[in-house]
Amino acid sequence: MTAAPEQVDVLGVAREQVLEQGVGLSEEQVLEVLRLPDERIPELLELAHAVRMRWCGPEVEVEGIVSLKTGGCPEDCHFCSQSGQFPSPVRSAWLDIPGLVKAARQTAATGATEFCIVAAVRGPDKRLLSQVRDGIKAIREDGNDIQIACSLGMLTQEQVDELVEMGVHRYNHNLETARSHFPNVVTTHSWEERWDTLKMIRAAGMEVCCGGIIGMGETLEQRAEFAVQLAELEPDEVPLNFLIPNPGTPYENYPVVEGPEALRTVGAFRLALPRTILRFAGGRELTFGDLGAKQGMLGGVNAIIVGNYLTNLGRPAQQDLDMLTELSMPIKELSKTL
Amino acid sequence: MTTGLGAVTYCGFCGKERAEGDHTACASRLGVIDPPRFCAQCARRMVVQVTPAGWTATCSRHGEIASAR
Ligand code: SF4
Ligand SMILES: [Zn+2]
Ligand SMILES: [Zn+2]
Repeated sequence: MTAAPEQVDVLGVAREQVLEQGVGLSEEQVLEVLRLPDERIPELLELAHAVRMRWCGPEVEVEGIVSLKTGGCPEDCHFCSQSGQFPSPVRSAWLDIPGLVKAARQTAATGATEFCIVAAVRGPDKRLLSQVRDGIKAIREDGNDIQIACSLGMLTQEQVDELVEMGVHRYNHNLETARSHFPNVVTTHSWEERWDTLKMIRAAGMEVCCGGIIGMGETLEQRAEFAVQLAELEPDEVPLNFLIPNPGTPYENYPVVEGPEALRTVGAFRLALPRTILRFAGGRELTFGDLGAKQGMLGGVNAIIVGNYLTNLGRPAQQDLDMLTELSMPIKELSKTL
Repeated sequence: MTTGLGAVTYCGFCGKERAEGDHTACASRLGVIDPPRFCAQCARRMVVQVTPAGWTATCSRHGEIASAR
C-alpha cells in the first residue's frame, strides 16, 4: 500500500531551502507562495524578513532618482506616461546641469548612497551621453561623492564602455515583466533586446539593476515566471514597482494592486532572490499607504527610493527616513558600498 | 503647493473645468503622487520637471509654479 503523498508546505520548505541554504525558490514554489491565503501573509513576511536579514543584513540602501530627459520617448511601453505614442499630459523636458547637481545634492543630504540619472529614451544618443558626462563631472566638482547609477535605455557595447569610463557604477534596465507577457506590454522592442543590454552591463563590470512593474495584467503564473527570470539574471538590485495607472496610457484604467497582493509579491520575490537588493520603487504610496510600506520593509525589502520619482511624486524623504529610524534599520553608508 | 495668482478655473490633473464634473479622483492624486499637468488658468499642458525634493510646472502663457518643498 502506498501512502497518500504528504502535503508539503511551501513556507516550511522555504525555511530550509532559502533561509538556511540561500537557494531561491523555483517557479512552481514562487507560484505557491503567490497563492497563499491572506491569513498566511504575516508568516510569509516574517520568513522573507529573516531571509533578508540572514543573506543581506539589516542595512537599507537609500537611493534618489531624477529624470534628466522627460517625455517624448518613441517606445510604446503601455504603462509609461513618458511614451510619445499616447495622449499623456506629460510634456518633454530636459533638466539642465545646475538642476542635476542640485538634485544630486538634495539626494546626498538624505543620507542616500545612490543617485540614479534617468532618461526617457530607447537608447542614448551622443547629446544625451555628453549631458550625462558633464552632469557627473559637475556633481563631483560640487564635492558630492554619491555613487552614480544611470538608466538610459538599451545600449551598444561602445556606450557601455563609455559609461564605465565615466564612473557609472550601476545601470538600471528593467525587464518590466515576464518574458511571456512582455509582448503585451511593449511592441517597439523585445524582452530579448533588453536582456542583451543587461548581459553587456554585467560583462563590463557595472552592477546590474533590473526589476519591473507588478499589476500590468500579468497572471500569477507570469509573476512567478518573472521572479525566476530575474533570479537567473542574478541582478545586484531588483526595483519593484506597482503600477500607477497614468492618464492617457493604455493602462490608465487598470486597478491599483491591492495591499495584501502586493505584500505577497514582495515576500515571494525575496524568497526567489535571497541575496539581491530588493528595492521599493514607484507605486508603493498608492498600493500600500504608510502602514504597508512598513510591512514591506519588515517583509524582505532592504532598499528604497526616497523623495520623488520621474514624473510622479513620492512622500517626503524625511518620512521614509523616520520610518527606518522607527524600524531600527540602519542606512547603508557610502564607505561600506565602495 | 502654490497655484499662482490667477483664477483656478481648470483642474491641474485632468485639465477640465473644475466647475464641471467630479474631480474627487483627481484631487486624491494631485499633490500626493502627481504634480499639476495643466495650467489652472488656461488648461494648457505645462512643462513639468520633477526632482527628488520638488517640482516646477511652466505654462507658456502664465509662467512657472513650483512645489512648496
Ligand atoms: S522606453 Fe522607458 S521612457 Fe520609453 S516608453 Fe518605455 S518605459 Fe517609457
Ligand atoms: Zn480633474
Ligand atoms: Zn496658463
